[in-house]
Amino acid sequence: MTHPEAPLAEVRRQAIPAVAASSLTVKLGRRTVLAGLNFSIPAGRITGLLGPSGSGKTTLMRTIVGAQRIAGGTVEVLGLPAGSATLRRQVGYVTQSPSVYPDLTVEANVRYFGAMHRKGKADVAEAVAAVGLEALARRKTADLSGGQVNRVSLACALVAHPRLLVLDEPTVGLDPVLRADLWERFRAMARAGTTLLVSSHVMEEASRCDTLLLLREGRLLAQLTPDELSRRGHSSNLEQAFLAIIRNADHAGTGDEPEAVASSRPEGTVH
Amino acid sequence: MDILMMLATTRRVLSQLRHDHRSIALILVVPALLFTAVYFLYENEVLPPGVPRTFDRVGLMMLAIFPFVVMFLVTSITMLRERTSGTLERLLTTPVHKADLLFGYGVAFSLMAALQSLVATAVAYWIFGLDIAGAPGYVVLIAVINAVLGVALGLFCSAFARTEFQAVQFMPVVVVPQILLCGLFVARDRMNDVLEAISNVLPLTYSVDALQEVAAHTEATSRLWQDAAAMAGISLGVLVLAALTLRRRTA
Repeated sequence: MTHPEAPLAEVRRQAIPAVAASSLTVKLGRRTVLAGLNFSIPAGRITGLLGPSGSGKTTLMRTIVGAQRIAGGTVEVLGLPAGSATLRRQVGYVTQSPSVYPDLTVEANVRYFGAMHRKGKADVAEAVAAVGLEALARRKTADLSGGQVNRVSLACALVAHPRLLVLDEPTVGLDPVLRADLWERFRAMARAGTTLLVSSHVMEEASRCDTLLLLREGRLLAQLTPDELSRRGHSSNLEQAFLAIIRNADHAGTGDEPEAVASSRPEGTVH
Repeated sequence: MDILMMLATTRRVLSQLRHDHRSIALILVVPALLFTAVYFLYENEVLPPGVPRTFDRVGLMMLAIFPFVVMFLVTSITMLRERTSGTLERLLTTPVHKADLLFGYGVAFSLMAALQSLVATAVAYWIFGLDIAGAPGYVVLIAVINAVLGVALGLFCSAFARTEFQAVQFMPVVVVPQILLCGLFVARDRMNDVLEAISNVLPLTYSVDALQEVAAHTEATSRLWQDAAAMAGISLGVLVLAALTLRRRTA
């Protein structure tokens, strides 16, 4: 629900979804990885993409950033077909395994990716600070710990100030304190108008999202809020709730059709 | 094409290289050492008067071959890492143009090649008294064009390798035939027709031919410029092919 006192800009932002997919199908070779997905991701919100490994989360994210060829259907990102040249200025993508240069310093990595968006020193310093690596800015990335390298990779996306930020399992390997810090940052970015799509297989993180997309074997099981998830799964523990929904889906038959909630409410009107 | 993004790429590639002392040594020191070895190999050569030293011929050609081989190797591995580590895919989701990346690489390694050939040529002239008619500046020019060729082929071949091991396997396929047929071992006009025809389409042939022109004439000849133009054209063509292997969207 949009609050009545929300400023006009907020209302406008809500009007166009950040991502809208219709009958989206993706094949890798002869295998169907995403099977006719219909959903929309609301702008200025955090959307969680949840599902077991191998459910198609990464493929869906690659499709949204325009790195994946589509076999059928459409995906529109910020009003344009995914992969359009203008979107490259507006969409940030953080891959699951950190894609940075290990033989460069933290700062040099962020500076390089920043240069691709014409961002200068101030933006680089800001992005490095945002992930809490100021003290290590001049260290070689290869010498950092796994969690720190992940944060370098994140900083390389933050430096561009994207309107849509797509994050593939950004909190893997982070300690609880850092994970909480990072989620606070995501929340602050969403408040400032950035749309975030965050994949995770840690259900505890689902509660921090505004909307959830539940993916299983390339099909959309449901799009709902964390509250709805716990209600429909009959558990305040989101992991239990998710498992319950998966079992229901398995019992419901062949699973050819996503459940009613997903197909009847593709507009993400769940706030 | 965006000059700032290209220069940022050049700067990034060079600073990656700066941290890699072995590659620096491979580029700057190894050619000079090999050159020294070749000199002593022919040290006791007995020649009838008036016949040029074998060292002058072979040494000169080595000045063309080094940058080609070394840059091919360094570029194909660097680019392969870029492809397998995900940085390439990530870069291609940013506004960077493919040409910015490729030319960024080209400029970075050409600078290294220029340094390499300055060192190797200086050693050849001042320490071993390499005796050729033309100016050493032309030798450096040909060496740099050769390096660009090596960079272009390396960028292109990296698309067909999945691992660094596979990338190195291109050496005997792409590089060795060119060394065999470029005129270093047997003069090209004494090869049989088939080999000579193959030799005619291999880019390294033109650089060896160009260096022979430099060796024989004090001034730049039109044939030298033709050879240089042919090499530049081939390099550009291979760079375009390399650009086609960079896909923003994959299946």
